[in-house]
Amino acid sequence: MKTLVHTLDNPPASAPVDTPALWREFAPTLPADAVIWSDIVPGGCHGARLLRRGTSLRMVALDASANFSLVPYAAADLLERYNMPDTLKAQHTAHLTRGHVLMSDMGRAMASITEDTLGWHDPLGALLDEALLAAKYPAQRYATHRNAMARAGREGLQVELAKFGLAPRDLIAPVNAFSKVQVDLEGRFQFAERHAKPGSTLELRCEMDLLLAYSSAPHPLDPAPVYAPGRIGLAAWHSGTAPADDFCRSFRPENARALHNTELLYL
Amino acid sequence: MSQATAFRIQESLLDPADAVHDHTVPAGEPCLLAIQAGQTLRLVDLDGNQAIDALFYAQAPLGERYSATNTMLAQGGIYLTTGSVLMSNTGRKMATLVADTCGRHDTLGGACSTESNQVRYALGKRHMHACRDNFLSALLAADIGLGKRDLAPNINFFMNVPVTPEGGLKFDDGVSAPGKYVELRAEIDLWLLISNCPQLNNPCNGYDPTPAQVLVWS
Repeated sequence: MKTLVHTLDNPPASAPVDTPALWREFAPTLPADAVIWSDIVPGGCHGARLLRRGTSLRMVALDASANFSLVPYAAADLLERYNMPDTLKAQHTAHLTRGHVLMSDMGRAMASITEDTLGWHDPLGALLDEALLAAKYPAQRYATHRNAMARAGREGLQVELAKFGLAPRDLIAPVNAFSKVQVDLEGRFQFAERHAKPGSTLELRCEMDLLLAYSSAPHPLDPAPVYAPGRIGLAAWHSGTAPADDFCRSFRPENARALHNTELLYL
Repeated sequence: MSQATAFRIQESLLDPADAVHDHTVPAGEPCLLAIQAGQTLRLVDLDGNQAIDALFYAQAPLGERYSATNTMLAQGGIYLTTGSVLMSNTGRKMATLVADTCGRHDTLGGACSTESNQVRYALGKRHMHACRDNFLSALLAADIGLGKRDLAPNINFFMNVPVTPEGGLKFDDGVSAPGKYVELRAEIDLWLLISNCPQLNNPCNGYDPTPAQVLVWS
């Protein structure tokens, strides 16, 4: 895959809004007239986006072993959040893939997984925090590494949430996209190394207006001794909302009811 | 980091006659209790097959709480049994399971709510009593600064929610039985918040919720 970066040069005053069509490199099949924005998240970095209902977010691993921690909140009421147990038990699953719906603690569908080339994204594995980062990797601080410094997932997400008035205690259990953690018969975690490949794609269709905070820091169970998290390509596009015959809606009756509950907010 | 998390049965030597606190939580009701560092808490499944939904909070700082994900990460697996250490969202040890005659407790099934009952079973289930209403009711009554934002994924003591290697989640019949108990030693000053689960839509309480006993030793 080509090296994809935002230029770090300042744009000319005549064209101050620099919006290169990055999505053409990693999501070229998207309809050009539907794309809203695209971005490249360097490995280890964090951010947050407001995404409207009817928008889909395509996420593409640009490097092997990428991890992308996601924490969705309802934009209209930040007290309503993605709820890991509610999502898993409603769908009798301990992994996430196409057909699954991310459910809030209020019984509503927040986002649906409409595309997935990997078959497994991890809802169990927690976040790399600064203590584990320091214990696991050689120090890579700003003074020596500038923007390639090593960042922790948990603290990064806390910074993003603080921009919206949320405290560290509001940080929820994340979805670790592009990572796979199996559970053996004894209940032990087995981390799948080299799960994500360059080009691995996951798409979330937003069923409600979302605040989505993200971090591309490594998965805490990743045994790689070197801090080298992968980049993630992001493309938001106008996909529309779930049709009546939607795959996720009909995947399980629980999903149909969760989508119904969300639709009541928008009638 | 990894340790086996199969069943580890461990009996306790503590005598209920010496407990400083001993009360029975009726079926379907909540309980909020302060437990100090060094004290031992015992939860007893009096009649068997009764899920006790539990959350732990640090008495200080406000908002520090049991973290299912940090607890699983620290022990390298999902089930709780003797030797498991409950970790907080900021990485502190909150409590250690020091005895367990059941042998397996759930970290993933979460607590029932009126909203999740609607999704899981039928829209018409909205008005059935549920654990998260219990949690909120107890927190509102105590007025200790905790609320809905603090209702993180909880522990279900005496509940069996196996994960398959294929990534499925199952709700199996309880592994508990009348009189089974679990004991935790508090590592810091804690609030214990429990809901003696009123769920009638699945077998987690054997379709017949029953009382639970809470004992504390100093």
